[in-house]
Amino acid sequence: MRCNPARTEGPGGAMEDPEGRPAPERYVLRLYVAGLTPRSTRAIERIRALCERCLAGRFDLTIIDLYLQPEAARPAQVVVLPTLVKQAPSPKRLFIGDMTDEKKILLGLNIAS
Amino acid sequence: MKPVPRNQISREKLRSLSAACRSSAGKKRQMHRLAGQVLAGPEELRANSAEQASAFRFPILKECLMTRAAARLKASPASLPKCTTGIHGLDEITGGGLPQGRPTLVCGGAGCGKTLLGIEFLVRGATRHQESGVFIAFEETAEELAQNVRSLGFDLDDLIEKKMLAVDYVHIERSEIEETGDYDLEGLFIRLGYAIDSIGAKRVVLDSLETLFSGLANVAILRAEMRRLFRWLKEKGVTAIITAERGNGSLTRHGLEEYVSDCVLLLDHRVEGQISTRRLRIVKYRGSSHSTNEFPFLIDEGGISVLPITSILLRHQALSERISSGVPALDAMLGGPGFFRGSSVLVSGTAGIGKTSLACHAANACCHRGERCLFFSFEESEAQLLRNMRSISLDLGPWVKQESLRIHAGRPTTHGLEMHLAGIHKQVEAFQPDVVVVDPITNFISAGTASEASSMMMRLVDYLKTREITAVLTTLNHAGSPLEQTELGISSLIDTWLLLRDIELNGERNRGLYIIKSRGMAHSNQIREFLLTDHGVQLTDVYLGPEGVLTGSARLAQEAKAAAAEAQHQQNIERKRRELSLRQQSLEAQIAALQSQVQIEREELERDVADEQEYAKLAERSRNAMSQSRKSDLNGRPAAPRKVRK
Repeated sequence: MRCNPARTEGPGGAMEDPEGRPAPERYVLRLYVAGLTPRSTRAIERIRALCERCLAGRFDLTIIDLYLQPEAARPAQVVVLPTLVKQAPSPKRLFIGDMTDEKKILLGLNIAS
Repeated sequence: MKPVPRNQISREKLRSLSAACRSSAGKKRQMHRLAGQVLAGPEELRANSAEQASAFRFPILKECLMTRAAARLKASPASLPKCTTGIHGLDEITGGGLPQGRPTLVCGGAGCGKTLLGIEFLVRGATRHQESGVFIAFEETAEELAQNVRSLGFDLDDLIEKKMLAVDYVHIERSEIEETGDYDLEGLFIRLGYAIDSIGAKRVVLDSLETLFSGLANVAILRAEMRRLFRWLKEKGVTAIITAERGNGSLTRHGLEEYVSDCVLLLDHRVEGQISTRRLRIVKYRGSSHSTNEFPFLIDEGGISVLPITSILLRHQALSERISSGVPALDAMLGGPGFFRGSSVLVSGTAGIGKTSLACHAANACCHRGERCLFFSFEESEAQLLRNMRSISLDLGPWVKQESLRIHAGRPTTHGLEMHLAGIHKQVEAFQPDVVVVDPITNFISAGTASEASSMMMRLVDYLKTREITAVLTTLNHAGSPLEQTELGISSLIDTWLLLRDIELNGERNRGLYIIKSRGMAHSNQIREFLLTDHGVQLTDVYLGPEGVLTGSARLAQEAKAAAAEAQHQQNIERKRRELSLRQQSLEAQIAALQSQVQIEREELERDVADEQEYAKLAERSRNAMSQSRKSDLNGRPAAPRKVRK
């Protein structure tokens, strides 16, 4: 499956739509990992690449290492690692695992073509 | 004073030390000193002392001893270190608590008290043992949890504020989650580790871990992570309780028992005859001996109580002091002074025979001695009981006012049997009676099955014996059932068994009292007639005669008949005596008459003799005169004899 960059990166710039459609929202994403395990780095690389490709210019990706900030796990209800949390746009979604299943992520982020 | 066995601390010593504890400001220090003394003693003494302290009604002392014993147990390298749960009764049946630094699995069906067991483990740890704890809730939020246990007197918010407790609600919503590859539960480990480190927790409860299986799809990963979690918990050195739902045919739905191999507790909630009973069983406890029975437990306003705590050992003291039954004639039948203190007395009989009255006499006698009596009435209300007893001049009202008698009336079906037992325990702890009356015990069958009721009675009797409380129990024999058999089959537990029975004769019923048994004392083998009079219960000898055993009006009639016969006999003798005396008089009169006749005849004879002599003299003289006149030759010759006229 491919993402649809045309829909978000039209001629009028990232935040405008030539046909008067509402501007797409920014994606607020948080990726929780634990240390620099192979699984963590894999997940970070993959999600970075995916965002650059499909959500270029309109995403905020924060990577949180819970070994460094253990207190952050509780408010975010993180149990499984790695976890990607889509804070915005709603609805909130959680993606768990090392982000190998790109199709599921694109569907979940609602950016599949 | 009787000698104290080697493995028992003397009662006097306990009493004096407890009194010192109670009065002095340095209560704790005093108790610890005693605890130290006791713990320095032989092994058996240590095991017994806590039980004894409890038996002798010094709960504070008991707790102190338990804590010390637990601490000592921990310190000794030989035995498995244990973590005192602080849950009433659980530490006794596990021999000191849960395995320290290891996870324990608590499994059971819905609503059987798993969460509560976990919470109480943490709360008791925080309040009694200064060990903080972490509760990881998978099913309820922290607020819900706090609300749910507030009714049990657990203030979670306060403990959280004091940093003795941390509650973390772990929420997994499957519909929000997409699985995109390989993952692990490191997030849970981090949260748990963070919570443990933030308050320095020693105890952890995971309630219930299996929720993860419904939230996450990859079972293979979960299983591997579970194994890692339990190993991690052990490495952390925390004592953990993991709760799990009971599965079909297995202990847990997802086979957690494979990973937790140190200690497994099984909780159960069964309903039999519409009355529910909770039970707890130790399925396994590696490295420790434990009881394997199912123990009933209950959840009430004080949290969880596992019962029994006293029935494990048969080690009660046997007192030789005797106390009156309240009926002097009955005391006499029992060889004089009455029952043994601390013994169990059973009064059995058919309906309306006077069991309650006899029990009330015992209660009255107890109050007269200045002791306290706790009366459980399961058939009559307090007012009704007092009124009915007044009809036989037994006024218990003043004792109730003086608070030496407490009547606790209620229907047995209001609770399950375990609740009753716990209720009785609580009342006994609170009131500290010397005599406990349960009237009647038969009704407990309606609150459970006969076998449960009999096991409950056994524990009740044991409990009262351990505390040296005399138990007076009444039991109803249904008409037609064998009299020398109790409905509950508890006769073998009983020390003194009095049987009241109907004796039907001549169209009326009368009451007879027998002593079926009375352990350790000479007792009468006679039947006594049992009378409910205006002056209370009285015992009379039955009439024993050629016509057999007679009671009631037959006895009165027979006694009257005997009295009449006696009077008749007396009269006969009197009459005979009179006749004899009359005959004697008449014979004496006859004798007198005959004697007088003899006298007369004798006098006549004497007169005749005298006449004859006179005549002979005269004749002599005249013969002499004749011969003189005839100048006879025959002078001097005696004259020829003459026939004497009579």
